[in-house]
Amino acid sequence: MAYSDKVLDHYNHPRNVGSLDKASPQVGTGIVGAPECGDVMKLQVQVNEVTGVIEDAKFKTFGCGSAIASSSLATEWLKGKTVDEALHIKNTDIVNELSLPPVKIHCSVLAEDAIKAAISDYKAKQTTRPAMAEVAGKA
Amino acid sequence: MKLPIYMDNHATTPMDQRVLDAMLPFFTNEFGNAASRNHAFGWTAEEAVEKARKQIADLIGANSKEIVFTSGATESNNLAIKGVAEMYAERGNHIITAATEHKAVLDTTKKLEKEGYRITYLPVQQNGLVDLDMLREAITDKTILVSIMYANNEIGVIQPIAEIGKICKERGVLFHTDGTQAVGKVPVNVIADNVDLMSITGHKMYGPKGIGALYVRRKSPRVQLTAQMDGGGHERGMRSGTLNVPGIVGLGKACELCKQEMAEESRRMSYLRDKLKDRLLAELDETFINGTMESRLPNNLNISFAYVEGESLLMGINDVAVSSGSACTSATLEPSYVLKALGAGDDIAHSSIRFGLGRFNTEEEVDYVAQKVISVVKKLRELSPLYEMVKEGIDLSKVQWTAH
Repeated sequence: MAYSDKVLDHYNHPRNVGSLDKASPQVGTGIVGAPECGDVMKLQVQVNEVTGVIEDAKFKTFGCGSAIASSSLATEWLKGKTVDEALHIKNTDIVNELSLPPVKIHCSVLAEDAIKAAISDYKAKQTTRPAMAEVAGKA
Repeated sequence: MKLPIYMDNHATTPMDQRVLDAMLPFFTNEFGNAASRNHAFGWTAEEAVEKARKQIADLIGANSKEIVFTSGATESNNLAIKGVAEMYAERGNHIITAATEHKAVLDTTKKLEKEGYRITYLPVQQNGLVDLDMLREAITDKTILVSIMYANNEIGVIQPIAEIGKICKERGVLFHTDGTQAVGKVPVNVIADNVDLMSITGHKMYGPKGIGALYVRRKSPRVQLTAQMDGGGHERGMRSGTLNVPGIVGLGKACELCKQEMAEESRRMSYLRDKLKDRLLAELDETFINGTMESRLPNNLNISFAYVEGESLLMGINDVAVSSGSACTSATLEPSYVLKALGAGDDIAHSSIRFGLGRFNTEEEVDYVAQKVISVVKKLRELSPLYEMVKEGIDLSKVQWTAH
């Protein structure tokens, strides 16, 4: 099983490895997968609260080369998109870009799940915030 | 030092040049069929075959007449297990084996189960060894065979074969052992080890692929088998088919070389393996050896680097050939069942690497590989969310994962 050049490139030069501040209200964190499955992805996005644009994205992955490449690619694609545009990223886009073979398609699915989980976490933080701002305003 | 470096000698071995030299004439000038009894072409072939039989028998403490040639250990395992099951069907229908056996044994016993045989799959302890008391308790008056491998192909652990054989002898049960990984590497003696049947293959001991043998005991007791290949009655009626003379000559020569070089070679293998092990353990935390080191093949190291997945590690050491128990590296996406049988979680299987050193590996190669593995593991741990969580003090076993 030979790897595509793009997978190798992401593996050897992963983009955006690292962590953002989980506690920040502007950061959405998604952790998907399970150690027993051999695949765990942590994807984080930093969103501009005014424009809704993803200004930064970081990832960390426990998994095979294809999983690492899928999540690295995801962070590249996320930067510059709005939160809603990000939800349109499909696993099939990742499969095509990286030329993933059938046996590795599930890695791209996990990356799509990670994106959705990160966005969902960010959105959940936004819904609790207005209430707090009101309280702060009154205080 | 040539790249890539081959350290996957449990999967197969390169052929020793001396073995190849011994085989070549039998492809060209001395091409006779060993069963051609009436001319010199046949006599020459037959003589070469008998010489090889003796070389193999000498390596394992057997008699030439007790060696049956097959196409490899998979066929030998099939012949031993099915051959005994069918021959001794009137005596009983129960066979005992272990959960860590090679698929050549496990798939064979599964087939027999479909035909009405009862199979007991003994679990192993965390160190990889079979529990002898469990074995004793499992034997019934319907048990006709126990099949336990001499040394495991993934973790290199060597079972207490002589004791298992003794228990079987006391209870009147035949004992087969798959000797694929052990023969030629450690001193095996079918008399001292109380073995009645043993599978051997050429390509794990610097011999050719496609040839193997089955040791079948002739004295106390005299073991009989129902042949699985019919057609001419070769090999005392136990395995029909024209003999692969060049392959047999190669297997014989490989055995002879192993006998001569085993003591020195196993010392050198242990030294190199321990050097690799010690360097990895010294420089990397959260790193675990799978299976006991106390009863183990001298050339095997099966080691897990927690929080790093096996296939990504193999990708990083792409100029070193080794293998992994990770699901991502298997055709079926199943993690190693051997590591699972040790009680290790799937995550340990996913993080495991198997190194199998061999005759042609050098100390320079071991140093290079150690350095490469250490740097790749460190790099992948920086990418690992699990390593990050553990360093933050999170207990991974308490986390709710979103597995799909």
